[in-house]
Amino acid sequence: MCGIVGLLLKSDAWQPDLGPLVTPMLNCMGTRGADSAGLAVFHRPLDAPDRRFSLFSGQPQFDWQTFQDDFRRDTGSRGAIRWDDSHAALISPIAVEEFAAWLRTACPGVHLVSVGRAIEIFKDEGAPEEIAARFGFAELAGTHAVGHTRMATESAVSPAHAHPYTAGEDFCIVHNGSLSNPHSIRRKLERRGISFETDNDTEAGCRFLEWRMREGDTLEQAIEASFDELDGFFTFLMATAERMVLVRDAFACKPAVVAETDVYVAVGSEFRALAHLPGIRSAQVFEPVPQQIYSWVAGEERMKGAA
Amino acid sequence: MTESANGRVMRFDLSAASVREVNQFLHRELPGSGIARVEIHDPDGMHSIAAGMDCAVEIDILGHGGYFVAGMNKLATITVHGNVGWSVAENIMSGSVRVQGHASECAGASGHGGLLVIEGDASSRCGISMKGCDIVVAGSVGHFSAFMAQAGNLVVCGDAGANLGDSLYEATIYVRGKIHGLGADAQEEEMQPADREFVARLLAQAGIDHDAAEFKRIASARTLYHWNADAHQEY
Repeated sequence: MCGIVGLLLKSDAWQPDLGPLVTPMLNCMGTRGADSAGLAVFHRPLDAPDRRFSLFSGQPQFDWQTFQDDFRRDTGSRGAIRWDDSHAALISPIAVEEFAAWLRTACPGVHLVSVGRAIEIFKDEGAPEEIAARFGFAELAGTHAVGHTRMATESAVSPAHAHPYTAGEDFCIVHNGSLSNPHSIRRKLERRGISFETDNDTEAGCRFLEWRMREGDTLEQAIEASFDELDGFFTFLMATAERMVLVRDAFACKPAVVAETDVYVAVGSEFRALAHLPGIRSAQVFEPVPQQIYSWVAGEERMKGAA
Repeated sequence: MTESANGRVMRFDLSAASVREVNQFLHRELPGSGIARVEIHDPDGMHSIAAGMDCAVEIDILGHGGYFVAGMNKLATITVHGNVGWSVAENIMSGSVRVQGHASECAGASGHGGLLVIEGDASSRCGISMKGCDIVVAGSVGHFSAFMAQAGNLVVCGDAGANLGDSLYEATIYVRGKIHGLGADAQEEEMQPADREFVARLLAQAGIDHDAAEFKRIASARTLYHWNADAHQEY
């Protein structure tokens, strides 16, 4: 059992409310898993060539100021860092490979959690309340967020095994369920030069979807391909810079509830996680049906206005 | 507590009291108290509300419930004014449970007696392993409904998802709409006058208006009752 939550705002005016609204959703799902928790927040995308590098040190007293100084000195790149405890976000125009290579050499204990123009991922071991307080989830603003509370049923409990999982840029997934063929997926992808950070089943699913998209599939086509390739149970909640996407496997034994109003789309493993949201009593509440792909665009109202 | 023409009404608010406190009252203090009706406000998707009832009383749950609402019900008449999560009226023994919205998976699972009415849709595995209760769904049901159902009746006024009645024993299924596929050993049978009479009576009891002649009857072909070594595991 694990818990998943997601919140997408249709209106820009609500962006400052993302953290305050999504944090109780995540904390509520702590009853479905308290081994680890995580949240991916999507901000309004940075202008190119800047990217946001989410970093995890594993140490509350980590000296991020020195990290930033070393980064600037060693790479000669512009970079500004903001941190909360063991998590930091570096905004820099440096190329991803160059940054990863520098990190491996200069600071091997710091883990690169996510990369992109919009995405920022926070995750760690422990109950969601602790992690939300540690990283200040309730103060976060953004266009959409997906979160996860994990009860480990297969691989180890560690910060790296916490969800959301990410691959490539501005893509992440949270998963309730278990895949039974992650090792064969992994071997297939490793032959194509794709490397893995953990032995977790969700990472196999995540890298499979990202690989399909790099090969030219839309996310929808990649998900369709996953119905044939991924064996097991899943409710997957995914996000890109613009969208939040939900799908359940054919057997649909892992739950999900969706609530939609004029201002948000909220997803939770249980309705309980959504009960505090404003306007929930008049929201359209439904259970997603098996193998149907649900996709919502953040800031839809702004886009309608622009059109 | 308020008095009305129909007797005393007890009101709980789950934003103030816990489900455990409410259920303990329903189990211990309510029987024999003369209270005729209980209102439960702000259920907010909480689990196990009014589970384990064992006395005749009316209970209204005003909002959406979570998992196992009205589970194991005996004698009580429970109405949920909203949707419910998994396993509403699981193992219902008697009395009746009505959901005015939609129900998630496993509605009425393993129910022995009594009546469960879903006014909206029920999702997958509705009536799984039912053992004698009656379930009436005004909308549609999801896949694997009435899986291994042993006794009782499932009446579906809308459509039924794939694998309906898979590995069915002696329960009977009636479907008015489209059936997206029968499960192993389930077969459509001709509606008899007794079936029409029964469906009409159950619909009337559920307060749902349809012509019983529009329903199809699904029951077990009973080919799985005995092990067949020649079947090579192919059913």
